[in-house]
Amino acid sequence: MTVRIAIGDACFASESDETVLDCLSRNGVSVPHACKSGVCHSCLMQVTDGEVPDAAQKGLKPTYKKQNLFLACQCKPEKDITVRLPDGAGLDTRALIVGKDMLNHNVMRLELRGEGSFACEPGQYITLINGDGLARSYSIANDPTKDGRIELHIRLLNDGQMSTFLKDRAAIGAFLTIRGPAGNCFYVREEGDAYPIVLAGTGTGLAPLYGITKQALASGHKGEVQLFHGALKDVDLYLVTQLQALAQEHPNFRYVPCVLKGDAGQFYQPGNIEEIVMAAMPAEKTRTRMFLCGAPEMVNALKRKAFLSGLASKHIFVDAFLPSQAAAAHPAP
Amino acid sequence: MNQSPTEKENIVASLYERLGGASAVDAAVDIFYRKMLADDRVSGYFDGTDMDRQIAKQKAFLTMAFGGPNKYTGKDMREGHKHLVARGLNSTHVDVVIEHLGTTLKELGVSAADIAEVAAIAEGARNDVLGR
Repeated sequence: MTVRIAIGDACFASESDETVLDCLSRNGVSVPHACKSGVCHSCLMQVTDGEVPDAAQKGLKPTYKKQNLFLACQCKPEKDITVRLPDGAGLDTRALIVGKDMLNHNVMRLELRGEGSFACEPGQYITLINGDGLARSYSIANDPTKDGRIELHIRLLNDGQMSTFLKDRAAIGAFLTIRGPAGNCFYVREEGDAYPIVLAGTGTGLAPLYGITKQALASGHKGEVQLFHGALKDVDLYLVTQLQALAQEHPNFRYVPCVLKGDAGQFYQPGNIEEIVMAAMPAEKTRTRMFLCGAPEMVNALKRKAFLSGLASKHIFVDAFLPSQAAAAHPAP
Repeated sequence: MNQSPTEKENIVASLYERLGGASAVDAAVDIFYRKMLADDRVSGYFDGTDMDRQIAKQKAFLTMAFGGPNKYTGKDMREGHKHLVARGLNSTHVDVVIEHLGTTLKELGVSAADIAEVAAIAEGARNDVLGR
């Protein structure tokens, strides 16, 4: 079905089954976007005339829906619509870059200070948008409500546009635009909180898990908390001493670094993180809460295994790190 | 006080009410979906699917099979399973679904008569699911 999408002074005919994002990109209209899966919310747009399908507003806050905001990557309009890029008021915040340091050979810690009040839960994610409109989502590794500082772990990729920008061009003292937070992978203190918590992640999937772990322990969580961090080689692990110290401090916290290509007799466990986690699953399956972050294959495989072993589906919280996707007209270089 | 026949009928709880309504669906969905995922006869059809989305779908299905409010139409059933029929979904797989539905309800302490009623509703969707 062909519908017309109007933006500013221009109007484009969408091809069948095409999203608003793809249609606009194909016609040279630049819309910030990253995951193209409806998760990162980078491609938020506003409909000023017409209606968007429910699917285009799935997962948005009620306040966003009320402002007629929608996700361009999930929107296949059924009728002609007029859209615009939101002006960012009430949506975006500016954040000052206050710190940059390397956590290992390819993970950089980026510290931001948001302007005004910035409320979030450690484990949620925000989207960074730079001056060129490039957008990427990163998880929050700390509790920013304490000192206003937002800690993100950036994996540096050779061909990563945003990570290269953050490493080489984003200077301390410069501003970035942040959108969010979003995501429901975070610790919620519940009555009778002696239930076990299992957290497992690979790579910078540690960022949200580190935030959730610290939040749970700081809240006085009484149950056993086990954190599994998977890496290919030992040099890919990070925050090892901090996590070991945290385990010293909290008898109910266990930190298990897992190295796929590792040796026996080291400070970590050698082998596949999925097997190591499943072998250490608490006996109280129905009460265990699980948090999974990082590579989608690992996250989805462990989610299924944990569910089959008896965990309740509502107790498994996941944040799969989706790779960024190019829009139709702008294939990745 | 005399009651009209319709009022009398209303006093008899519906199947959905007897089973426990939405909270029964919540209790059943994990047990049912776990049985399906663990069963080699049907688990292959769930490969590569999103668990949360599947659970939402299973809830809609269970609500229908429990005689509850639902928006399922024969067309939805046909459309939703078309790609699976193309991959070999047939009547034996529907039998597996009804089997797991029965054992799930049995584990939850549902009476044999109510289980039979649920099975009959699920049975009614067989032809639509298989696109016949």
